Amino acid sequence: MSDVHAQTVAYVAPSQIPPSPPPARERGAVKWLRANLFSSISNGILTVIAILIIAYALPALVQWAFVDAVWSAGSLSECREIAAARGVEGAFACWAVINERFNQFLFGFYPEELYWRPILTFLLMFAAAAPILFNAIPRKALIGSALFPFVAYWLLWGGPAAPVILAIIGPVVGYVAFRFVEKAMHGDAGATGMVVGALAMVLWWSFVPGLVDAGPALEPVESARMGGFMLALIIGITGIAASLPFGILLALGRKSDLIFIKTLSVIFIEFIRGVPLITLLFVASSVLNYFFPPGTALDLILRVVIMATLFASAYMAEVIRGGLAALPSGQYEAADSLGLDYWKSMRLIILPQALKISIPGIVNTFIGLFKDTTLVSVIGLLDPVGIINPIRADSNWNGIVWEFYVFVGLFFWVFCFGMSRYSMYLERKLATDHR
Amino acid sequence: MKRNLLIGAVAAAAGMTAAGAASAATLDDVKAKGFVQCGVATGVPGFAYTEASGEWTGFDVAVCRAVAAAIFGDAQAVKFTPTTGKTRFTALASGEIDMLARNTTWTFSRDVDLKFTFVGVNYYDGQGFMVPKALGVTSAKELDGATVCIQTGTTTELNLADYFRINNMSYEPVPIETNAEAQQKYLANACDVYTTDASGLAATRSTFEAPKDHVILPEIISKEPLGPLVRHGDSEWADVVRWAFNAMVIAEELGVTSENVEEMAKGTDNPEINRMLGTEGEYGAMLGLDKNFAVNIIKTVGNYGEVFNEFIGPDTAIGLERGLNAQWTQGGLLYAPPFR
Repeated sequence: MSDVHAQTVAYVAPSQIPPSPPPARERGAVKWLRANLFSSISNGILTVIAILIIAYALPALVQWAFVDAVWSAGSLSECREIAAARGVEGAFACWAVINERFNQFLFGFYPEELYWRPILTFLLMFAAAAPILFNAIPRKALIGSALFPFVAYWLLWGGPAAPVILAIIGPVVGYVAFRFVEKAMHGDAGATGMVVGALAMVLWWSFVPGLVDAGPALEPVESARMGGFMLALIIGITGIAASLPFGILLALGRKSDLIFIKTLSVIFIEFIRGVPLITLLFVASSVLNYFFPPGTALDLILRVVIMATLFASAYMAEVIRGGLAALPSGQYEAADSLGLDYWKSMRLIILPQALKISIPGIVNTFIGLFKDTTLVSVIGLLDPVGIINPIRADSNWNGIVWEFYVFVGLFFWVFCFGMSRYSMYLERKLATDHR
Repeated sequence: MKRNLLIGAVAAAAGMTAAGAASAATLDDVKAKGFVQCGVATGVPGFAYTEASGEWTGFDVAVCRAVAAAIFGDAQAVKFTPTTGKTRFTALASGEIDMLARNTTWTFSRDVDLKFTFVGVNYYDGQGFMVPKALGVTSAKELDGATVCIQTGTTTELNLADYFRINNMSYEPVPIETNAEAQQKYLANACDVYTTDASGLAATRSTFEAPKDHVILPEIISKEPLGPLVRHGDSEWADVVRWAFNAMVIAEELGVTSENVEEMAKGTDNPEINRMLGTEGEYGAMLGLDKNFAVNIIKTVGNYGEVFNEFIGPDTAIGLERGLNAQWTQGGLLYAPPFR
């Protein structure tokens, strides 16, 4: 048959024609522009306006922040002299102040010869966070993560090692108490066991570590000397790390059938959510003092950390409750029909799904809490925003405003952007949805 | 409901006992812990600020250091609690700090109602006006119709309203929150006039690129006596703070300086100097302090005039004149009771 064709048809392509490139308007930069910036007339207008605004603002900003900026000087007037000598007219950034007070922005008034301790803590924080954040790291590393809070406390505040080691035993004591209750109740400990375990742990922490003062001692550093980004990180990271477990417990408590636990959770959540954080901070800084005999009051930073944690926990609980509510009831029933008890069904079936749904909300709360740490400047703690004041009061630097806030803003942006990126990574990794 | 009442009662009782405990023998507590816990501002130019080294310093801070020097002979035996306008009084009332030296105006209600004892006045301030020279105004009476930058929620706001009403003038307020914001607004010509305490005006003006283009008008429209304060209920402690401060004032009046105090402490022919520096009588012991407590203050901190000149005087960037804060012998208001 083919022979026939070969004779009757003038030309037959021996192979497929190579595909021709898409038309110019459907590829490369042009397509991207058309799709993203000029997809419709109104979009095009908005794009042009946006470009005009950027073109108007950016050169002035770059001029202010980089071209005309003075990077090292001893005072604002010196900054002005240097700028004038270079023929700068108008506003310019005097970054010299950040340069000179950089350490105060990082560490507050932490003793200079001990800077290695917060730095080491910061690095250890990444090491401790890695096994929690990424699955690829061996699970055994989680033990290190669990020890990190104690080590960090010891490194930052100093003092003898023995109380810290005794404090590490606290959770073990709690676990033993839990097992004891479990045994007494024939393997069905549940909420009672957890409460008893937590109580045992808190009691242990309240009384035992203070008894012994032995062990290798680091030079103690009092809280008043801590400030700057270090303080923001202490409050923010502790609040973030502690609010998730508390939030999960509260969310479960609110959905619990046990009326006592449910009422308690609801009261706690509604009370904390109904009160502004700044009020809680004032309570932490002022009112709590009235209830302690003078000199024995909890450390101010500790009080603030507790308040920030409680605050974030209440929000976290509602975010997670949203996740729980989003699960179809079939999931709960399926867990029950497998014969799992409450905690097992939560741990193995309900929470993994509910938490995954809640990731954007959880990270949202984290970021919110981290930014809220700047509120502590109102009660006189010298966090990055609070420390601006005493620096500005130095007559060498009085008159500088924007540089401080730009610098502090940049810091917070870096951290919050990092968190947001991680949450997107996590969502992608865990995506098992019904696409 | 009953139960809540019960809890409230317990909490209130706990609060009372704590407050009661806080008032007992502060001097003994301070001696036992080895330092004075002093509340200062989070930052007022010249009065309280941090150096590059992280040390607190300034005119108000010097009062704290003087008390420490009086008790321990060491001006460094102080721990500072930065307080804001909102936390300062609760911090003092709750016993978190032993004394407050934070440009706080001595008023009736703070003294009586809030139950504090002002031990003296270390700076006589008053509300003033600053205007650009180009405006050509020489008196506050010419400010009719002006736009005024004013901090909201302060006594300055009320003083301003009173002053303009008394003088039958009108003004347009531009509310601002902080001094930093005021500087920006004023320099951007968002308001014609900036009003706050005169010391604050001077400090603000000193940071301008061209301070000479702005004038502070001669009218002072309010009394703002700023001074250190302690809690009610411990008069012995109040005496310690009061006389630590008075010693600085008397030292200036009598010509005792940080340079010549060692020499004078060996004995002079002026009996009041001798009493103060401990070569005559047992005045230190009456306070529960060493007899050379005043020597320690003047040696390590300086007399009032020295401290004034170091932090806010004419040779500093703040550049304040003594004015009302001169000794009574120089036409000022500084008039410490005799050391006798």
